[in-house]
Amino acid sequence: MFRVSKVPVDTYEERLEKARKALDKEPLYGPDVDINQFLLEAAAAEEKEIPLTELPEEYRRQALHAGIITSEEGRSGTFFQQDTKVLCAHGKQEGLEVMSTTRALKKYDWLYDYLWTGVSSDSDKYTAAVALHRTHGYFIRTLPGTKTTFPVQACLFISKKDLVQRVHNIIIAEPGSELHIITGCTTSEDIQSAMHIGISEFFVKEGAKITFTMVHSWNKEVHVRPRTGVIVEEGGTFINNYICLKEVSTLQMYPTVFLRGMGSRARLNSIIYGLGISRFDIGARAVFEAPKTRAEIIARVIADDASEIISRGNMIGLSKDVKGHLECHGLILSDYGRIVAIPELDAKQKDLELSHEAAVGKLAEEQILYLMSRGLTADQATSLLVRGFLNVDIEGLPPALEEETKRLMEIEYSDLL
Amino acid sequence: MPEPLLEIADLTVSVDGKTILQNINLKVQKNEVVCLFGPNGAGKSTLLFAVLGYPKYHLDSGKIFFKSQEITHLSVDERVRKGIGIAFQHAPGLRGVKLIDLLKLSGNSEKEQEIKTLAKKFKMEAFLNRDVNFGFSGGEIKRSEVLQLAASSPEFMLLDEPDSGVDIENVELLGTEINEMLKGKSGLIITHVGYILNFIKAHRAVVLYEGKIVCEGDPYQILKDIKVKGYKGCLECPKCR
Repeated sequence: MFRVSKVPVDTYEERLEKARKALDKEPLYGPDVDINQFLLEAAAAEEKEIPLTELPEEYRRQALHAGIITSEEGRSGTFFQQDTKVLCAHGKQEGLEVMSTTRALKKYDWLYDYLWTGVSSDSDKYTAAVALHRTHGYFIRTLPGTKTTFPVQACLFISKKDLVQRVHNIIIAEPGSELHIITGCTTSEDIQSAMHIGISEFFVKEGAKITFTMVHSWNKEVHVRPRTGVIVEEGGTFINNYICLKEVSTLQMYPTVFLRGMGSRARLNSIIYGLGISRFDIGARAVFEAPKTRAEIIARVIADDASEIISRGNMIGLSKDVKGHLECHGLILSDYGRIVAIPELDAKQKDLELSHEAAVGKLAEEQILYLMSRGLTADQATSLLVRGFLNVDIEGLPPALEEETKRLMEIEYSDLL
Repeated sequence: MPEPLLEIADLTVSVDGKTILQNINLKVQKNEVVCLFGPNGAGKSTLLFAVLGYPKYHLDSGKIFFKSQEITHLSVDERVRKGIGIAFQHAPGLRGVKLIDLLKLSGNSEKEQEIKTLAKKFKMEAFLNRDVNFGFSGGEIKRSEVLQLAASSPEFMLLDEPDSGVDIENVELLGTEINEMLKGKSGLIITHVGYILNFIKAHRAVVLYEGKIVCEGDPYQILKDIKVKGYKGCLECPKCR
């Protein structure tokens, strides 16, 4: 029997009740999107698994762009959901569980103690919509001491026009375990309009580690509202890499990491390239609840065309002897683009160290000319500098995953530049 | 007299409306290495940037020819692809751009082993996977610059004070390597202290003073004279007057 370290003060029913009251609650940030204009389809029943290699060619191609390897080579597990239907969910390693959240809730009663404890069900109308009408999502868990050799891959795919996908993901790394996940969210090429609401609740137990790399590869008519909460216990580590280099209609998220246990650590990296008229309102928050906790929040954002990026960061120091650094570097490549950097530090203890650094500007002409003096054209020089700007060295990734992250970035870059 | 590799004809250059160089005429032959001497602010680096085509350096008059073709209106990269290369005195740091990646893109070989062998010559092996010039010391930047020039090995090399801020041991290393690089090539080298000329075979020197060429001759003799009489001595020199 596995339990949450801190039993929630309210019951699951009470959390659902809170959600019911929040069905019309406007979001705090980002454009207010009316969910009811989309197709509210119920979760499809789970049937026999379909191998990824048997998916239509176009789906496979799109999935590849979001980091999914259909042969499953170099992957320790796979989850694939198309619209409201789970096509594939399995772990290939002992001590690793991969299944739909629906199935996991049937299998484990105790899982209700986790649900909506990392993210509040009544945060806004989007969380409420998922709490009341969930259309699956994934459950990934490593048992105590299990270390995944390869990452688990998960894909949330939208192929139906006007659909709103409402998924709830629960990720648990039990004590001393290590879990690496690559998740890709994408749509089929011809999708004209859709919405994705993804709740992700992470539980990093004592001495455990989760690395989570998420690639968003949407298209220009899709509204995206991820809602993420992470609870890290004593000595645990959470590393998050978020990559979105494709056009989207609106995307708003503000993942929050609660560093609950002594000595727990987190690092959140976001890499955003705004194209077209994309509207991003992205942030990351770390709450230092215990002594000796550490966090870094790094954002690299580029506004091209007429895109707008609001990049938020928030660190809340509630305990002594904590250290956090917030960094947002923005690059504007077009006169019609806009970047707003909003770093916030909120210290409620005297013995702590929180810092932030924000810089927004254009590519330095001196650097472009320098590369041209090495024989590169102005376009090649710009590409190389943009790529360099977005290149964030991620500490703490195992070598294989570091390579994999680089490979993913290359796939994304190849389309972009 | 054969056609010069580089010919600067009656060049006047201004920066932000201020004239820096006036009526410069200079020819550099094939296989010739020319030194450019002059006090601070004389316009030496401006001349190199003008040859390279940096847009900030406005050509008020004059023309530049390379291999008998006018290059005055070509962009920086077009001039470089014709065979001109440079090692800068001050180089910007490029965050996120690895030195090895830039060498692969700009050099003559994409082969990692060949690049490593070359980098070893400049004691730059350990810097290959670091961001270009980012967090490098002054001496390391100079070695990085000359390494990049060596990797592309252009026909005509511009070297802007490759020895300033470099310790004695590394001046010898850079001087010896530059001398090798210049074999069968041409170059225009700016040097202040001239120590690097102990290792480089230079054929001729010109002295720039207040934006004009005021003297021309044997580089080693001119350097010796400057050390004794200073640049003002050049103005008084009967040969130059």
